[in-house]
Amino acid sequence: MEKEYTIATVVENKSGVLAHIAGLFSGRGYNISELSVGETENPEYSRMTIVVKGDEQVLEKIQKQLNRFIDVIKVWDLSSLPAVHRELILVKVKAQPSLKQEIFQIAEVFKGKVVDISHDTLTLEATGISEKIGAFINILRPYGILEIARTGRASISRGIIKGRVKSNG
Amino acid sequence: MKMTGAQAILEVLHREKVDTLFGIPGGVVIPLFDALYGDKRFNMVITKHEQGAIHAADGYARSSGKTGVCVVTSGPGATNIVTGLATAYMDSIPVVALTGQVPTALIGNDAFQEADTTGITRPVTKHSFIIKDPAELLIILKQAFYVARTGRPGPVVVDLPRDVTVSELDFEYPEEIKIPGYEPKVKGNARQIKRVMEAIGESKRPVLYAGGGIITSGASEELKAFVKKTGIPVTLTLMGMGGFPGNEPEFLGMLGMHGTKAANYAVDKCDLLIAIGSRFDDRVTGKLSMFAPNAKFIHIDIDPASISKNVVIDIPVVGDAKHILREMLKYAKALDIKKWLKEIEDWKKSHPLTYEDNDGFLHPQYVIEQLYRVTEGNAIITTEVGQNQMWAAQFFKYIRPRQFITSGGLGTMGYGLPAAIGAQLANPEATVIDIAGDGSIQMNIQELATITQNQLPIKVAILNNGYLGMVRQWQEFFFDKRYSATCLKRDKRCPEVCCNPGPQCPPYVPDFVKLAESYFAVGMRIQKKEDVEGALKEAIRVDKPVIMDFIVCPEENVTPMVPAGAPIHTMISSKEDAEKYLLA
Repeated sequence: MEKEYTIATVVENKSGVLAHIAGLFSGRGYNISELSVGETENPEYSRMTIVVKGDEQVLEKIQKQLNRFIDVIKVWDLSSLPAVHRELILVKVKAQPSLKQEIFQIAEVFKGKVVDISHDTLTLEATGISEKIGAFINILRPYGILEIARTGRASISRGIIKGRVKSNG
Repeated sequence: MKMTGAQAILEVLHREKVDTLFGIPGGVVIPLFDALYGDKRFNMVITKHEQGAIHAADGYARSSGKTGVCVVTSGPGATNIVTGLATAYMDSIPVVALTGQVPTALIGNDAFQEADTTGITRPVTKHSFIIKDPAELLIILKQAFYVARTGRPGPVVVDLPRDVTVSELDFEYPEEIKIPGYEPKVKGNARQIKRVMEAIGESKRPVLYAGGGIITSGASEELKAFVKKTGIPVTLTLMGMGGFPGNEPEFLGMLGMHGTKAANYAVDKCDLLIAIGSRFDDRVTGKLSMFAPNAKFIHIDIDPASISKNVVIDIPVVGDAKHILREMLKYAKALDIKKWLKEIEDWKKSHPLTYEDNDGFLHPQYVIEQLYRVTEGNAIITTEVGQNQMWAAQFFKYIRPRQFITSGGLGTMGYGLPAAIGAQLANPEATVIDIAGDGSIQMNIQELATITQNQLPIKVAILNNGYLGMVRQWQEFFFDKRYSATCLKRDKRCPEVCCNPGPQCPPYVPDFVKLAESYFAVGMRIQKKEDVEGALKEAIRVDKPVIMDFIVCPEENVTPMVPAGAPIHTMISSKEDAEKYLLA
């Protein structure tokens, strides 16, 4: 059954690694729907959160193929583990002075923040899981969305998990 | 000790026990070739094209078990080895390719002879390194050799900007290295091995299906011992040929698209399929959903990504085949499978590999049978790709590993001749024969000069049918004999469409005998069956390169054949069979 999976992977923080991993997905015909990358607690490593659509078998193949790479240190399927997922969004909406108060309130409900204000616009920031971000966009849509910037989710497991023993061919 | 980057590279090669290099110089690798000048530690074999160099390094690796090394320049030098890297990658062959690169300061500027080598080669290598800092040179070279030859081996590229090769550095070669993201598993899980042996003990109709992994891991002796102890029949993939002796009674022949009927029927009817170092390739399985429909699957492989990739595996064991087979041998017992073996024996007897031999034509299969006889099965055979390759797999009995050198996964035409160079250099005493088609031999024919200049007594047996034969066969079977673009005799005078080769055809271009002479090799043309044995004996006797142009039946087919996508027990042998198959 087609589902959305969240894969987290720790990789070497070197040039070419992102291209290597992106190439695996395009070369083997898997689709990345979200991707976020950043340095980890160890500056030699980066962490990627990759969201893919597919079935169980595709998920397993992706994990195995990632594990084959020598620049990949660890891989987890965070869809099968207790995990926290967060995405950040920046939304620029049309906001005439008369509507600003109303939009402030919406931001507040979503625990969002106003990060920029101009005569006719407001730029809001919010974080959360994809559903919340989706709802935030929907409620702002009637005001007129001018631009959206989303990061893709960053995910982390809850508590302590034992990392998979990595084995490559 | 202080030395230049180029000198350090050579010192590393020496310490990694490399003594033969293949390549071609070019602008940015002049410093490296300068360091090589007069260095007696290395035999630097200069090929005529970089593709020749990489295939030669690959043939050297396959025939010796060592790591092949090639050295080429940036840009076109590097792009010319891409096919060879992909060839080695698909067949898991340890090759290290050192590619020159423009100076680091120029990278990304579209400099002269610049190409993004690591970017281009990444999908077709086990790993692709670029060294941007001389301080990384030694550790990366060490990693490159380690990664290439361990685990599931494969080609590794090391891209060397010119400034790195001329920089000065302290030579301190690391004794050991650790790559955090790379820990190949060698030992198999003991519990899984126990489950394997239980399944084997319960099986009434087991078959072993072994591939190139047997050869890579050096597990042929263990496989043979296991078979002799249990009595389980063995089929091999194209890459596995020689991994189990082809003249032993337990051998079923190759399986898959051009496998024997006995092998394919046995796999179709087995209740337990034990895959070792093989990867359920589509040319082996045919229609996946109908592959070994009654079988439980065991898969022993060093690459976890190969397991359950195409077929869902019941009992996987990740690890090195030799190691795991040794463990399995401890528990192996003779199986009571007489009925099954009798059934298989009947298939073998009633469906031997065969060909029409009384129609006045010289048949390619006959040439290969004679080659086996004349060499007493001792030659190293390289092949090109297509019909020549399949006949070489079917009609020559390989008795030891590393004797059959062929591009299996990628199917690279033009592979066999340069691979023979590598094989001959790694095995100076062996008779090395490239079994070629008249199409594929022309794809790297320039390497005849390399052969002559290096005084390599390589023999080339061209099975000349005047066609790109395998494609022509598919056109005959599945495209109503529409021989589009496959006739190699065709010239401007020919009719628009033609599927009737005969005496009216234009002469073959080139004349391979005259071509041989221009390369100072011996050229022979053989047209009659009765001349084959004598020609082969003469070719092997002379201590020179020889090109034998065997003019064979133009429309000979490789049979049996499983149509692409059909279940492997559906084996056809003619256009008529194909029509029946397509109607059904």
